[in-house]
Amino acid sequence: MSVEPTTLAARAASPAPKGGRSGALARDAGIIFGAFVILFMVAIALTAPWLGTKDPTEINPTLRNRTPGYEQTIRQDDGSTRTFTYRMGTDSLGRDIYSRVVYGARISLIIGATVAIFSIAIGLVIGLVSGYIRWLDAIVMRLMDGLMAIPAILLAIALVSLFRAGLLSVIVAIIVPEIPRVVRLVRSIVLSVRTEPYVEAAICAGTSTPALLARHILPNTIPALIVQGTFICANAILIEAILSFLGIGIPPDTPTWGNIMAEGRGLFRLYPHNIFFPGICLALTVLAVNVLGDGLRDRLDPKLARRV
Amino acid sequence: MTAPVLEVQGLTVRLPAGADRPNAVENVSFSVAPGEIVCVVGESGSGKSVTAHAIMGLLPPKQLTVAAGHVLLDGDDLLTKSPGEMRRIRGDRIAMIFQEPMTALNPVMKVGDQIAEVLDIHTDLSDADRRARVLDVMKAVRLPEPERMIDAYPHQLSGGQRQRIMIAAALVLDPVLLIADEPTTALDVTTQAQILKLIKELRERRNTGVLFITHDFGVVAEIAHRVVVMQHGRVVEQGTTADVLRRPRHDYTRMLIRSVPSLSPPARAPITEAPIVLQTAKLTKTYVSGGFFAQRRVVEAAKDVNLSVRRGETLGVVGESGSGKSTVARCIARLIDPSEGAILIEGADVAKLSARALRPHRKRVQIVFQDPYRSLNPRRTVGDAIIEGPVNFGMSQGDAVARAKNLMRLVGLDGEALARFPHQFSGGQRQRICIARALAMDPEILVADEPVSALDVSVQAQVLELLDDVRKRFNLAVLFITHDLRVAAQVCDRIAVMHKGEVVEEGTTASVFAAPKHDYTRALFDSAPGRNFEFGKFET
Repeated sequence: MSVEPTTLAARAASPAPKGGRSGALARDAGIIFGAFVILFMVAIALTAPWLGTKDPTEINPTLRNRTPGYEQTIRQDDGSTRTFTYRMGTDSLGRDIYSRVVYGARISLIIGATVAIFSIAIGLVIGLVSGYIRWLDAIVMRLMDGLMAIPAILLAIALVSLFRAGLLSVIVAIIVPEIPRVVRLVRSIVLSVRTEPYVEAAICAGTSTPALLARHILPNTIPALIVQGTFICANAILIEAILSFLGIGIPPDTPTWGNIMAEGRGLFRLYPHNIFFPGICLALTVLAVNVLGDGLRDRLDPKLARRV
Repeated sequence: MTAPVLEVQGLTVRLPAGADRPNAVENVSFSVAPGEIVCVVGESGSGKSVTAHAIMGLLPPKQLTVAAGHVLLDGDDLLTKSPGEMRRIRGDRIAMIFQEPMTALNPVMKVGDQIAEVLDIHTDLSDADRRARVLDVMKAVRLPEPERMIDAYPHQLSGGQRQRIMIAAALVLDPVLLIADEPTTALDVTTQAQILKLIKELRERRNTGVLFITHDFGVVAEIAHRVVVMQHGRVVEQGTTADVLRRPRHDYTRMLIRSVPSLSPPARAPITEAPIVLQTAKLTKTYVSGGFFAQRRVVEAAKDVNLSVRRGETLGVVGESGSGKSTVARCIARLIDPSEGAILIEGADVAKLSARALRPHRKRVQIVFQDPYRSLNPRRTVGDAIIEGPVNFGMSQGDAVARAKNLMRLVGLDGEALARFPHQFSGGQRQRICIARALAMDPEILVADEPVSALDVSVQAQVLELLDDVRKRFNLAVLFITHDLRVAAQVCDRIAVMHKGEVVEEGTTASVFAAPKHDYTRALFDSAPGRNFEFGKFET
């Protein structure tokens, strides 16, 4: 048999698999940038109470629509005074935008992470089963086609209006339309892996179907799912913001980036800071997650990188 | 002697840092005269393809670089040419055909247009002239009905026809040099014979120099005027075909030639006493496609196949691609469900058993696959692969590992290597691991589906020896699926020849090889490359 020069060179160019892979990861600027921004956002979300914030829901009718940098002098009981700086100004109810943006990171990240984890977990199970058990495939896939035919946001609106608006219903509303995409991805991988000789050898060795799926087929889906997970995460953060912006997401008193922007929509021309700061955070986070996903895709699944 | 059309002098191609050797090709020199066929022969990794790509200027940039040497085409050094100049030379004066006719053609372009593309780039012919030239060259490569075929798409043609299209596209501008990189490896023997004949004919008629890259000494004996033997990037020997094949000077060449299995089967005592372990009765597998909207199509992959294998016997199932031999193997291993018929394993019919009822029978039939690179899970250690089966059937982890160690030694590998991953082994070693995995189940029947087709000829001989050894040691019934008549001649007690899903001839290996009865069997034997050449009989 002949060896193509390209594969020969590729084999020669890739040194020991373990050290080489992490070294290559470290060299990748996208992954570093994405991971850094996301870690930064997580740190902010976790340490929100200690970052010079005040109660993000506290309404102050005397300090409405202040521009960023406004300083409030607070006279305390013992007669001394201290100042509180509204770094990002206040909204039309006098709430501190800075505190709301910092606390809002919590909701966005929780939604991004939960939606990614649950939609991948559910999609993985359905995808494995439908890819491996042929007679079930037709039924499951038609169901998934049906789900996919409904626009994601429309479905989310329907679900939210069916149940009470809140964090849980928003999460469910975003997960449901994501599942079919994961199912299709997993199923396509299962269909191509199930005919590999090593899978057939395991069948001959009497391996039961669940063990076969777990040992030989599932590991092949992991790299693609990690990548898909980051895209779902970014998408979920965006959809939550969109739902909140439309006023059908999380109740408006809860600080989320979408809610803050919805609140500032009316006075956008006069006080752009209401939309500017949460918008920047949202864009930066989504960008970071996407860039991280792209980087991981190039590293873990070079075939996908060329195709997409 | 006329001036050579191609002269390679001291060609050295450097590999990137960190490879197992510094140079892919080192100090390689040879020449091709007009009208001469020079075969570059070597095992995988010998650098023969890299040499061809270097001549064409098709090395992947930045990964493989030419460090020294000259490639002279009619005295003109190709290595000093700019990419633009090389583009004009490729297709016009040198042309190349590749191994895989299925992927070398653009599936969404009519084949005639793909041949015409070469003319389009290199000439100013009018559309009508171009079409005429394409038709001419299609006739020259003996394509049937060129007027109809010129507007066909690649998927409408067979593998052999596609390779003819590739050759037509390569020859349409009458190049002085044709480089053929394993052009027949992916083809069936009968098709291969036709393509080889075509190449011989064309170089006679057009006086084209041909550089033919192959790993198959049968092909070398069939068409080469001169032979260049390569190993680890170096030329170990070159000379006329008769000299190299009859009087090889280098030990490596001798070893390679001696590893080529002979077409004359050795004498074997027929096995008539041992009980029949495996028997199929009217085994049939039909595939039905279409349904609802599409037209229903029924394909009979295997039809009324009756086979029987005795304990300790090797039955060879020989046929070309699409003959249904793999379908039969996979039905017997119950990887696919047969449509009709019976599969008797020691008298018990397993053809229709449900997955649950089949489980106890699973361990009795084990299979060794063709591709050693895909038959082991790359994410699991070889130890995990070998013990998986026994543990499934209730053996304790410790016992299974001890057994796996013994089996590794039995197949000639280090018993302590169980913790390693498949990528740390060569193709031949992996095939040994696959055999160990099959043996771990203590089977009665071993199905070997082209077990040596993906291996180099020297490794092939060792793996065949091992298979024969385990057959004797464990008294196995072996069903040996192969397309290679040489291999079949050496390892099989009896042979069944399959064609279009049916067994057309069956008998002892000696009788089938001595006097084939069926027309197809005769055609198959006549196509075997180098059939008139007895390998390994050296003159001194």
